[in-house]
Amino acid sequence: MFRTVGAATVALGMALSGAQAQEPVKVGMITTLSGGGSHLGIDVRDGFLLAIEMSGRSDIEVIVEDDARKPDVAKQLADRMVQLDKVDIMTGIIWSNLALAVVPSVTGQGTFYLSPNAGPSQLAGAGCSPLYFNYAWQNDMLHEGVGAYMKEAGFASPVVMAPNYPAGKDAISGFKRMFGDDVNSEIYTKLGQTDYAAEIAQIRASGADSVYFFLPGGMGIAFMKQYAAADVGIPIYGPAFSFDEIILGAVGDAAIGAVNTSQWAYDLDNAANARFVAAFQEKYGRMPTLYAQQGYDTALGILAALEVAHPSDAAAFQAALEAAEFESPRGPFAFGPNHHPIENIYVREVVAGDGKPTNKLVGIAIEGHSDSYGADCKM
Amino acid sequence: MTYALVVEQALNGLQLGVTLFLMAAGLTLVFGVMGLINLAHGSLYMVGAFVCAWVAGATGSFWIGLLAGMAAAAAAGALIEIGVMRRLYARDHLDQVLATFALILVFAEGTRMIFGAQPLWLDMPAALSGSVTLPGGAPYPVYRLAIIGTGIAVAVGLYLLISRTRLGMRIRAGESDREMIGALGIDIRTLYTVVFALGAALAGLAGALVGALESVQIGMGEPVLILAFVVIVIGGIGSVKGALIGSVLVGVVDTMGRIGLPELFKLAMPASAATQFGASVASMAIYLLMAAILVVKPRGLFPVHG
Repeated sequence: MFRTVGAATVALGMALSGAQAQEPVKVGMITTLSGGGSHLGIDVRDGFLLAIEMSGRSDIEVIVEDDARKPDVAKQLADRMVQLDKVDIMTGIIWSNLALAVVPSVTGQGTFYLSPNAGPSQLAGAGCSPLYFNYAWQNDMLHEGVGAYMKEAGFASPVVMAPNYPAGKDAISGFKRMFGDDVNSEIYTKLGQTDYAAEIAQIRASGADSVYFFLPGGMGIAFMKQYAAADVGIPIYGPAFSFDEIILGAVGDAAIGAVNTSQWAYDLDNAANARFVAAFQEKYGRMPTLYAQQGYDTALGILAALEVAHPSDAAAFQAALEAAEFESPRGPFAFGPNHHPIENIYVREVVAGDGKPTNKLVGIAIEGHSDSYGADCKM
Repeated sequence: MTYALVVEQALNGLQLGVTLFLMAAGLTLVFGVMGLINLAHGSLYMVGAFVCAWVAGATGSFWIGLLAGMAAAAAAGALIEIGVMRRLYARDHLDQVLATFALILVFAEGTRMIFGAQPLWLDMPAALSGSVTLPGGAPYPVYRLAIIGTGIAVAVGLYLLISRTRLGMRIRAGESDREMIGALGIDIRTLYTVVFALGAALAGLAGALVGALESVQIGMGEPVLILAFVVIVIGGIGSVKGALIGSVLVGVVDTMGRIGLPELFKLAMPASAATQFGASVASMAIYLLMAAILVVKPRGLFPVHG
């Protein structure tokens, strides 16, 4: 009897040896939980915590803080987490301007940073770091997906539209990288603009055969409602940022028929995705968005790497992260040399759903896509 | 630019203009009668939109939502007038700005606590969701025409109220000499509350109307508030007529600028650079307009006092 218990204890001890027998791991998450665009941060957090909970591990401590979408707040929180809380890994930032304020200093102090969303070109190119990984996409990738898809679909003269700020200009250049420079016209709107009557009239008068737009958050909600009400009748395309399940709830039936690109879809047919979507719906009672999947995958990446090494052994942990030995709900997933994803960009169409419209997977825009900044990255 | 585009844009400019008028009328009345700068006017706009969206969602009727939104904004206006503003009339403008800015934060956080951080969904009523064909051939949403109609009706109503009724007489008296009408035995405190609630109701009406076009979200009032301030500075602070003319001017200049300026710059530079540069200048257009008007008429188009 005693021998059996003893043997079981020894066996258990051996199973827990290696990585897990080491000291616990601290993860600091700074994300946007209040104010405009907070549904992105909330979904990243919920997806991340879901994966940790499903793993059943109790030796991972996650400290979550709200940056309220303010770069100075994010910077202060990051300094506190790195220097005072001595976290092993940082994650969570949604917005590129916040990531640029925080990431270089975090990795500069020798702490890992795993991005669940923001993928500015600077961090994928010359500013890359061995300690920085992105689990979502480089910012341009979904726009490139739309460009590739629309070219493939035979559109000849799209109107392209984005807010007049850095990410908006990147979006249009990403689109044109795949589509080509030959567009009908470019429209730059004011950041935060909510009335698009003037632009809609311009689109109608342009003689274009399609519209590509990047208007994240409330801007996209306003545009799509007004666009549908104006009866323009020219098909619209965009990245998934304007078509997540939360935004579709706010836009309503006006979004039906729009086609968008994403690195993931909730109806992708694979076992890891089925498990993720079911678990997320059971725990939170809502359909996950792409942001939830990104948070979930970031946690899966950490969990997989922890099986091999502890972050205190930076070289070994980095190699373990690079291997990315986990089943992503998005299907095939690997890291390129600049620690940014190589992944499929999927095409989804907005269809009528149960009470509110929803996304339906219709195909692949680019298979095994990677970003175009890797060449500038010298690690 | 084609004829159809010009007609459509003129209507868009007019629609933006009357929306701004609904905001600016309350702002300019409150300043004219009470000498109060109210930054929280944008929050009342937001209250109107949120309550309209919520009630419309619960009852299924946009119209009930619209009335509820106006009523809620008026009630919120009366409450903050009695609770906060009364203490500020005697203070200087900096104190008023500080206190009403604090109200913006209170309203934003309060709205988030009640309705959550997600934008709400407000659909336009089915009766107004179609479109009509404009001269020139472009279809135009009936709903936007209805907003223009509402704005014109409110402008006429305000004119009649101020020029033909006893309340209007008191408002005009309050604008020219507030001590004297107090001395004549008119209950100035009630008058202030009524004027404030009236302005708040118009802001709530604007919020609810626009909420069906845009997204109902926290912070939706502040960009409109800034435009409304530009309007009342152009029109002459305190003048309702100035607010009307200023609103339409700002609406048309902004809308036409967004289309026209990029086209204009295309004559002189490559298309891609022209659209970016044109968009940047277009977003400044109304401020340039304001600066130009203030150079010629430093007190606005229709100065009220002296």
